[in-house]
Amino acid sequence: MIQTDILIIGAGPVGLFTVFEAGLLKLKSHLIDALPQPGGQCSEIYPKKPIYDIPGFPEVLAGDLVNNLMEQIKPFQPGFTLGERAETIEKQEDGTFVVTTNKGTKHHAPVLVIAGGLGSFEPRKPPIANITDFEDKGLAYFIRDPEIYRDKKVVISGGGDSALDWSIYLSDIAAEVSLVHRRKEFRGALDSVEKVAELVKEGKISLLTETEVTGLNGEEKLSSIEITRKNKEKEQLEVDAFIPLFGLSPKLGPIANWGLEIEKNAIKVNNALDYSTNIPGIFAIGDVNTYPGKLKLILCGFHEAAIMAQYAYNIIHPGKRYVMKYTTVNGIDGFDGQKKEAKKTVAVSI
Amino acid sequence: MIQIKVTDREGNLHLLDGPIDMGLNVMELCKAYELPVEGTCGGMAMCASCQCYVQSNHELPEMREAEEEMLDQAFFVADNSRLGCQLSLTKSMNGLELELAPESY
Repeated sequence: MIQTDILIIGAGPVGLFTVFEAGLLKLKSHLIDALPQPGGQCSEIYPKKPIYDIPGFPEVLAGDLVNNLMEQIKPFQPGFTLGERAETIEKQEDGTFVVTTNKGTKHHAPVLVIAGGLGSFEPRKPPIANITDFEDKGLAYFIRDPEIYRDKKVVISGGGDSALDWSIYLSDIAAEVSLVHRRKEFRGALDSVEKVAELVKEGKISLLTETEVTGLNGEEKLSSIEITRKNKEKEQLEVDAFIPLFGLSPKLGPIANWGLEIEKNAIKVNNALDYSTNIPGIFAIGDVNTYPGKLKLILCGFHEAAIMAQYAYNIIHPGKRYVMKYTTVNGIDGFDGQKKEAKKTVAVSI
Repeated sequence: MIQIKVTDREGNLHLLDGPIDMGLNVMELCKAYELPVEGTCGGMAMCASCQCYVQSNHELPEMREAEEEMLDQAFFVADNSRLGCQLSLTKSMNGLELELAPESY
């Protein structure tokens, strides 16, 4: 079981900055995120987009902001559980929490901070009525182990880089690879588009453009799919596997079932005081929370993190008083024993 | 101020008055009227949660690459699909008729 003072769900910019604010109070943090890398939306959706409203940065790329935050929190040695989604929460008799991920990793902490942004990133599922019936029964939204497709008939759908790249990769492994795309054009990297065109010529990929997968059939597992052409003609294809690759979109996910007060897909918090939720010991900060006048801005999340950390301290160290100190005066005491501080001025008498 | 007509996913018609001097786009206007438009990505043409179908013959600004790219990946896309976040309100949009595309999961 992973033990920490503050367990943060969501490793986006606000979750990361929470580590810093907690660290100043000598509280240890651990982060859980469904994505395989820290940074949340900033890394996953728009790493190369400039942000113009981070105080002190006239312009910063979202990816660079994440790198800077990682550097800033390094002295406080945060722990990470990445690529796993926080699934269940159990409140213990002593008021602490145990959070278990979808992969079974358990975390124990007296304070829980939800900085989950818009939720965890889940694959976008094509609107096919019975699609969930075939999940892991021939249908997968990710390719974890390409070897399971050896000598199989595989259909990939999508028009982006991952659809192209996996079609190329699997064309060497699978018995048959068909790539289904709604349009004629592909918008992936030029190299990949050219490579696919080459493999189509060689007969290693069969390309079905202006076509959509519209139905799935099978008893125990997927055995055929229905495709619909632009002219509405339908056709059945025998398949062993169907892999729709349409990117990721955020979903509030299991957090919605934790007994927290939810309003318009966001967690209601007490903004007059500490950003606490209706469950004592659980706070919600950043885009995931809501209160009158809420602005979904990274800078507001940073502010919320600073306030929240002070109150989290009171829960972790009841009865102890903490007086806020300025980093300009006290520097930063890293958990690694390193101290960052301003150079001392030296008085020299002449 | 212009008015646009938006049909929601239940078929109800909403008349939305929008100022044209605030840099607002259709997604933001729908949100201001509390229509069920998520605008998940904040208007960067990266989520398609503001996809709508254009029902009137208004001439709209041409799609930029980001919008085309997103609609390429989205579901329920039709020839008249646009992303609300990429349609900044202008005078010539007065009377524009839109229908919200289904939510996709």
